[in-house]
Formats: sequence, structure tokens, C-alpha cells
Amino acid sequence: MTVFRWTPSLLGVLLCVLSGSVLAQSEGSRLLATGAAASLEGASGGGIVPMAVLSGYGTREEQGGTLFGSLVQTDDYALSVIGGSWSWHNRLEVSLARQRLSHQPLSERLGVAPSSIEQRIFGAKVRLVGDLIYTPWPQVSLGVQHKQNEDFFVPAAAGARDDSGTDVYLSATKLVLAGLAGRNLLLNATARSTKANQLGLVGFGGDLNNEAEWMAEVSAGVFLNRHWLVGAEYRQKPDNLSFILEDDWRTAFVGWFPNKQVSLVAAWVDLGEVATFPDQTGWYLSLEGSF
Amino acid sequence: MSRGIKALIRIPAKVVFVGGLFVLSACGHLGPQKNLYQALGGAKGVDAIVYELIVRIADDERVVDRFHNVDISRFKAGLETYICSVANGPCDYTGDSMQVVHAGHQYTDTEFNTIVQLLIEAMEAEGVPTVTQNRLLARLAPDYEAIVYQ
Ligand code: HEM
Repeated sequence: MTVFRWTPSLLGVLLCVLSGSVLAQSEGSRLLATGAAASLEGASGGGIVPMAVLSGYGTREEQGGTLFGSLVQTDDYALSVIGGSWSWHNRLEVSLARQRLSHQPLSERLGVAPSSIEQRIFGAKVRLVGDLIYTPWPQVSLGVQHKQNEDFFVPAAAGARDDSGTDVYLSATKLVLAGLAGRNLLLNATARSTKANQLGLVGFGGDLNNEAEWMAEVSAGVFLNRHWLVGAEYRQKPDNLSFILEDDWRTAFVGWFPNKQVSLVAAWVDLGEVATFPDQTGWYLSLEGSF
Repeated sequence: MSRGIKALIRIPAKVVFVGGLFVLSACGHLGPQKNLYQALGGAKGVDAIVYELIVRIADDERVVDRFHNVDISRFKAGLETYICSVANGPCDYTGDSMQVVHAGHQYTDTEFNTIVQLLIEAMEAEGVPTVTQNRLLARLAPDYEAIVYQ
């Protein structure tokens, strides 16, 4: 069992999130929770599936940003992510995320020294059309995520072809007011073109497939009231490597939005088999500050 | 056992009736849905919500300037009638369409969101349940396109 160690940088971000939130001068005018949460790859959305909404609370005349820190802990892996985003006029979102995967059990099994993999992700998302709440059609956004794997030794050994890749995705998201027994219903579907193995942490492309493929991702949630969201996500994954299987991912989450400054998401995750270790279930926690 | 059944039989009809009502109201979501206007508290409820909204508009620098030369009692009556009619209350809003009322002012996305947020806060202050708030918002949200940047 890998025990996650709090890295100083993650702790720093969390402190930043909290103090930044407290010091924030003004907040955006969009409704509570409409910036969703920070996904593992930095784009706003759920834990594992991006949405068409833009981060923060800025309207078409405002701007704003976020800082976040997230953790995933399964039996044999720990993933920590820190990042931030900036959204302009509810039109363009740019985001940065740094992921660090700790895989001590895998290193022992392979008999290699490196026990972690880092990846940097630069993301951009453009709202093409629609408003999450106010238009009859969903909000639709187009996004890219450029990923750079910085520890390619283990991924290369697993058969991955490239240490960088670019995902392109199209998301449609709608909040159906009073959509489920009077509660507001959040629906999202994302199509992603990708070559990434396990987000890119195990590199890009492989012996089975080296072309970008379209993957389906969905998420849905219900707002119990405007502060609490419960829901689930599903993310289809490619199968590029014959050496290691890759399963689809799922989560069941609870999001808490006490105010427009902070939000907290906790989830149960099922990542299936990850690089020869089966049944990787565990938990996910994410703290985000908006300003 | 038989004493228990006898005791049950002897429960006065009035108690059974009240008990039945209680069970019915506990399963209210299974019965016919309350009209939205009634759920908002009827004329009194809508009046209180709109009053709370106006108090908040007066205190919000993002929108207050837009109401400087507005006849507030007329605005209040107009908005109450409008809410009453979209909520299937016994009123008929005969004023101008939302498009015509708001045209020419270039009301912004920020202002629209602000008004919606203040309305939510007003309903919360009046103790309107979440599902009732959502049902009203669902009927007002489509007005966005008639109001913003017109
Ligand atoms: C859900 C959003 C909105 C709804 C349902 C709504 C509805 C109404 C209604 C029913 C009236 C009264 C018409 C009458 O006199 O009978 C009105 C008037 C008015 N609204 Fe809105 N409105 C909305 C958003 C806004 C926004 C965003 C602004 C700008 C901050 C705004 C500014 C005004 C003003 C200034 C008047 C008074 C017009 C006048 O009497 O000259 N409204 N609105």
C-alpha cells in the first residue's frame, strides 16, 4: 500500500487556495457551483470528466481564476495534482496542472528505481455556444489538453511511443432546472480524441494502436440544494498497449460548494486495472479556491 | 392481542382522518402536485419574495443604478403579476413582453445573473423550499434571451 506523502508544493497550494479565497476582493456573478470543480487534468468539470462550463464565476463581462489541489489514492497508486486556471469573459479558459503519480509497488514489480512519474498539462477551452442554465440547448465547448510526460523511463519500458500528446475534446453540459423531482439536474457528455495511456502518465500511443481515437465520457449529478451536488462519472479509455491493460474509469462523487470562494469534492473511484495491478479502487479528494 | 385489536377499532374516526391526512402529506410528492403559485405562498408569498428582491436590488451596486428612475411600486406590481401568471396563479400579465420591457438597455450577463441570484436569496429569506425555487427559476430562465443584450 502506497502511503501518500504530502509534498510541500501541494501543501503550499492548499494554503494559497485558502488564504487567496479569504483575501479575494470580489467574486464573479455567475451562480454558485456553475464553475464546477477542477478535473485531474486541470479543466473545469468533475473529477475525471471535463465539462463545457468554464472555471470560476466570471460572466460574459467578468474574469476570474482558480487554484486547486487534488489527491487520488488507490491500493497501489497515489496521484497528486496541483494546478490553476484563468477564465475570461466566460469565453476562454486556460489551465495548468502538474500531476505526480507514485507507483512504488509497480517499481518493485519491475525492479526499477524510479518510483514516480510527473506530467504537465496545459489546457485551453473555448465556449462555442449556449449557456449552462439559460439557453434551451446545452452549453457547448471545445477544449485541448497538451500533455508532457516528464518521466518517460517506465512508460517507454511499457511500450508507449511518445512522451507527449494533445487531447482534443468537445463537451456539452446542461443544468436542467427542477429536472429531477424538482431538483436541478446536471448532465454532461464529452467526446475526446486521445492517444494517452492512463491520462498520459504511461505515455502516448503503443504497439496495439498509435492513432488518436475518440472516447466517450459522461457525467451526471443532482443538486440536493445549491450547495450540495451528488453524482457519478464514466470515462472510456483507450487500449494502446499489449503489455498493460487499461480499463474505463468511474467515480461517484459528492461536491460541496459552501460559497463562491471554496469548493470540496470527495469521490469513490474505480480505475480498474492500472499497469498490471487489478481492481484499483479508492478515494478522491479535491479542494478548489476561486477568485 | 385481541385487546389490542379492540383498542384499534375504538380509535375515534377523527383521529383516523387526521392520521390519514398526515400520511398523505408525508407522501405529498406522490399525490397531485401543488400549483407553483400556491407553493410560492400565493399573493402574500409572491409579494414578500418581490419585496425581498427589491430590498436586495437596492443594496447591490451591480444593478441598483438601473433602477434609479424607475417607478418602484409599478415595477413591484408588474413583477408580481408576471410571477403570478408564469406560476399558473389567478393573474394575467398584460404588460409588455420581456423583450419590449427590457429592450434598448443592453442589460448584461452580469446583471441578469445578479438579478437571479438576488431572487434566489429573496426566496431563501422567505423560506421557499429548494424544489419550489427551482420550479420558478425554470420558468424565468428562458427569459434570458429576451433580456440580455437587447
Ligand atoms: C429573470 C430575469 C428578469 C425578469 C423575469 C424580469 C421581469 C420584469 C418585469 C415583469 C418587469 C415589469 C414590467 C412592468 O412594468 O409591468 C420588469 C421591469 C424592469 N426590469 Fe426586469 N426582469 C428581469 C431581469 C432584469 C435585469 C437583469 C434588469 C437589469 C438590471 C432588469 C431591469 C428592469 C427595469 C429597470 C425594469 C423597469 C422598467 C420600467 O418600468 O421602466 N430586469 N422586469
